[in-house]
Amino acid sequence: MQALETKAIEVTDLTVAYQDKPVLWDIDLDVPPGVLLSIVGPNGAGKTTLIKAILGLVRPAAGNVLIYDKPYEMQRRIVGYVPQRGTVDWDFPTNVLDVVMMGRYGALGWIRRPGRQEREQALYALEKVGMEAYTTRQISQLSGGQQQRVFLARALVQDATVYLMDEPFQGVDATTERAIVTLLQELRANGKTVVVVHHDLQTVEDYFDWVMLLNIRRIASGPVTEIFTPENLRETYGGRVAFMKE
Amino acid sequence: MENLNILNRLDYTLMIVAVGAALLGTVSGALGTYAVLRRQSLLGDAISHAALPGIAIAFLLTGSKTPLILVLGAAIAGWLGTLLIMSVVRLTRIKYDSALGIVLSTFFGFGLVLHTLIQRTGNANQAGLDTFLFGQAATILERDVWTIGILGGIAIIITFVFWKELKLLVFDEGFAASLGFSTRALDILLTSLLVIAIVLGLQAVGAVLMSAMLVAPAVAARQWTNRLSVMMLLAGGFGALAGVSGTIISSSATRIPTGPTIVLCATVVVGFSIVFAANRGLLWDRMRQRRNRRNLKMEMDGLFKQPQQGDD
Repeated sequence: MQALETKAIEVTDLTVAYQDKPVLWDIDLDVPPGVLLSIVGPNGAGKTTLIKAILGLVRPAAGNVLIYDKPYEMQRRIVGYVPQRGTVDWDFPTNVLDVVMMGRYGALGWIRRPGRQEREQALYALEKVGMEAYTTRQISQLSGGQQQRVFLARALVQDATVYLMDEPFQGVDATTERAIVTLLQELRANGKTVVVVHHDLQTVEDYFDWVMLLNIRRIASGPVTEIFTPENLRETYGGRVAFMKE
Repeated sequence: MENLNILNRLDYTLMIVAVGAALLGTVSGALGTYAVLRRQSLLGDAISHAALPGIAIAFLLTGSKTPLILVLGAAIAGWLGTLLIMSVVRLTRIKYDSALGIVLSTFFGFGLVLHTLIQRTGNANQAGLDTFLFGQAATILERDVWTIGILGGIAIIITFVFWKELKLLVFDEGFAASLGFSTRALDILLTSLLVIAIVLGLQAVGAVLMSAMLVAPAVAARQWTNRLSVMMLLAGGFGALAGVSGTIISSSATRIPTGPTIVLCATVVVGFSIVFAANRGLLWDRMRQRRNRRNLKMEMDGLFKQPQQGDD
């Protein structure tokens, strides 16, 4: 019975404030292992901040985050992270393979350099995201969708159990979107837990099996079939949602 | 006989100056790569200006002009200036560029006041402190070259040891933090390396223009390569080139300050790179545009011809 109780991510009473403005207010979230969960909410709802707080990148004013019953600092090796594509300078002088190998830096630790093993892992991940033809490509020459695939490959080489992804579908073409969805579902099929910040309400039911509705407070979270209702959406978006369930 | 002796002495002085300039050009060029890639080009300017009062205070406290002591004073002041900028940004709502401007000018003003005070005291030993404003390469002695070589060498070795960590910090700080690397420690390390590069160049290049030695070689190097390691090597090379040519030109005539001369040499390298570099240069861009337009035109011609043939 105990095994069933284990949560991949457990957020309790989490509050984050920038200066005196609360960005997340008293958030509780339990994510069971092996689900594909999307975090949905309007702009400024705190979606990115929630991901960053789980990763310890922003300091919460209050609250607690556990990954498989332990604090994040002890579980780094089993967590993979895909930041928003726009947060880095894609004109940085490096190539695709080099960026993907950065996913191994955590396991390597300080000072040790990546070698043949890391290279092979990176090549394998690039194959997984359909970018094997671009290994030596300068990153400034990638399209938005290709940049996103590179970031996904970098997370894949982290070989994590829990993945946190910030808007992986942003600005990608339809082909890339399908490829990413297939990849996410494959991860879930392998028992991984995947949390995705998502913007497109139309695809939530197709892509994900769990959903969290967020607008500074947690409106609701759980299986899509139970939670993704017009009433909950109206509460999340303040009645301004143009989305109608057929 | 007499003549030859003078010639030899001159050659020796010039050689020392050139070696010193080459070393400091290499160090500042290589480390400037990080400043440019992090979009912190102006931080170098702030550090070099903030270092000025440190030199004066070090001199006032010790009465010595030993390069290591003055460099140490400059480094501490440069460091405090940077720390102050970061604290102002973190603790107040003042933006980065404003904090930078305030700290830079305050420290620099304070430095100028101290230097004037020192000059007023008529201390026979004080002559030469003002070279730190615009730089005077002719004042570089053998012991200065040793200081530049050893400290600069240590800075380069540290860069090499933490290559992977610094690259990750500069490219994707959030991801670096998520992996468990202390980005604060890396930030401090990188800033310290910049401080070292800057204070080593103060004597030759001067506080006013030192930041150009960080920025210009790296900007030029970026034009020629898409690899960080090559960029850093090239930036070091360009820095050395500008340093040596600038110091030799300024040493060959009396009373030409070295800083401006070196900066002008670096500008030539930057200008050449911006125009002529393959792939990123303006000339290359123009050629590519013309080629694209020609290809497009050919394709368009083909498109318009086809339906006509079909109609016939």
